[in-house]
Amino acid sequence: MGTFDWRVIYDNFPFLMQGLLTTVELAVIGITGGLLLGVLVGMARLSSRKIIYYPATLFVNFFRSLPLLLVIFWFYFLVPLLAGRPMGDFFSASVAFIIFEASYFAEIIRAGIQSISKEQMQAGYSTGFTYGQTMRYIIVPQALRNMVPSLLTQAVVVFQDTSLAYVIGVKEFLRSASIVDAREMRSLELYAFIGVIYFVFCFTMSKMSKRLEAKKGFAK
Amino acid sequence: MLSYDFKWSILWTDPYGSWMLEGIWITIKLGLICWFIALILGTLIGTLRVTPWKPFRLFATGYTEIFRDVPLLVQLFFWYFAAPRILPHTWEMYLYKGIPNSEFWIVVVGLSLYTSSRVAEHIRAGMQSISDDQYNAALSTGFTQFQTYRYVIIPYAIRLVIPPLTTECLTVFKNTSLAMTVAVLETTFMSQQVEAYTFHGIEATTGACVVYMVITLVVVMIMGLVEKRLAVPGLITRR
Repeated sequence: MGTFDWRVIYDNFPFLMQGLLTTVELAVIGITGGLLLGVLVGMARLSSRKIIYYPATLFVNFFRSLPLLLVIFWFYFLVPLLAGRPMGDFFSASVAFIIFEASYFAEIIRAGIQSISKEQMQAGYSTGFTYGQTMRYIIVPQALRNMVPSLLTQAVVVFQDTSLAYVIGVKEFLRSASIVDAREMRSLELYAFIGVIYFVFCFTMSKMSKRLEAKKGFAK
Repeated sequence: MLSYDFKWSILWTDPYGSWMLEGIWITIKLGLICWFIALILGTLIGTLRVTPWKPFRLFATGYTEIFRDVPLLVQLFFWYFAAPRILPHTWEMYLYKGIPNSEFWIVVVGLSLYTSSRVAEHIRAGMQSISDDQYNAALSTGFTQFQTYRYVIIPYAIRLVIPPLTTECLTVFKNTSLAMTVAVLETTFMSQQVEAYTFHGIEATTGACVVYMVITLVVVMIMGLVEKRLAVPGLITRR
């Protein structure tokens, strides 16, 4: 058993923080992209038109039955093929995250929209709004507010999921720690350190979502 | 668009086909073992979270928060690379060299602990949905605290939370794919090995996807049967 030597963190601090920044970037891309696509897919899941409903349902169930790791690999091989040229691991990972997380966000959004009463929809129509306007101005804003706790929880999950980009060589937080570890042989200090940082981020976010959950009920 | 020469036969020709089969076997083994341990440990921790004794509650809350708020991959790396460093040197060497398949068992530890914290959350939610009257009724028939939990609260709670536990069971099987990062030769690892030998990444990865989808379908079917079998009479259940 070697003694602890926390200097390794101090010495490689800028490099590790660069990794953390990449992790945050990936998470932000995954959350915003996934949410935008998720809103569309979630609404499509509620459509009465079969040609919209079935593809959206297939999309959601397909990606929810796969491990994220495989989805990342899949897009890693597929994206350059579709684009016709090498696109880099960060880009492939972003695409994988947006599409994979969208299927989870879509289910949250579908549940949120279903929690808004039908009268709201009819009230929208009766003021002369079209379907799009009713959704845009009445249903989605209320539904989104109801969904904030679940969305935050999912955001925490996305943040944790970004660590899987490790496998295709994206230099995110975990990868940067393992690079330092390969050189310095200080596994215990490094992995404990990044574990603590992840914990602080995720714990704060999940506490926030719990607090919001306690306050919910402003739009029924 | 680049031209890509699809060659699906790599999924069943030798030796790649038998690699995939081996991988599937390890995925199933790993998933079942972890699910079994996580269910027991998760029920225990979930129960501790609602017991009236504060030290138990604090311990259980800390446990769930720590294992839920650190990404699983980081936890696996911790158990695989970092934790053995705490042991005396001879033990560490024994762990890596003396135990056959040590990486498999390290993943069992990591994945079981992680999943147990998530199971614990569901169990806790289930228990909190049971009214106090059940608890008091059990106590008034002369049950001890332990008996009350053992015979009344826990059996009831587990039956209530079967639907979320189904999701969790699926998550375990999906999460076993992370074991590839510490060189456990399961389905994802094997698919990437096939890719490394044949350069047919899309076919190999798609093959692995199909495996996970079949596992998902089977689990959903089995849990659906369990759910019907164990439905609490008098509650709204699925037909």
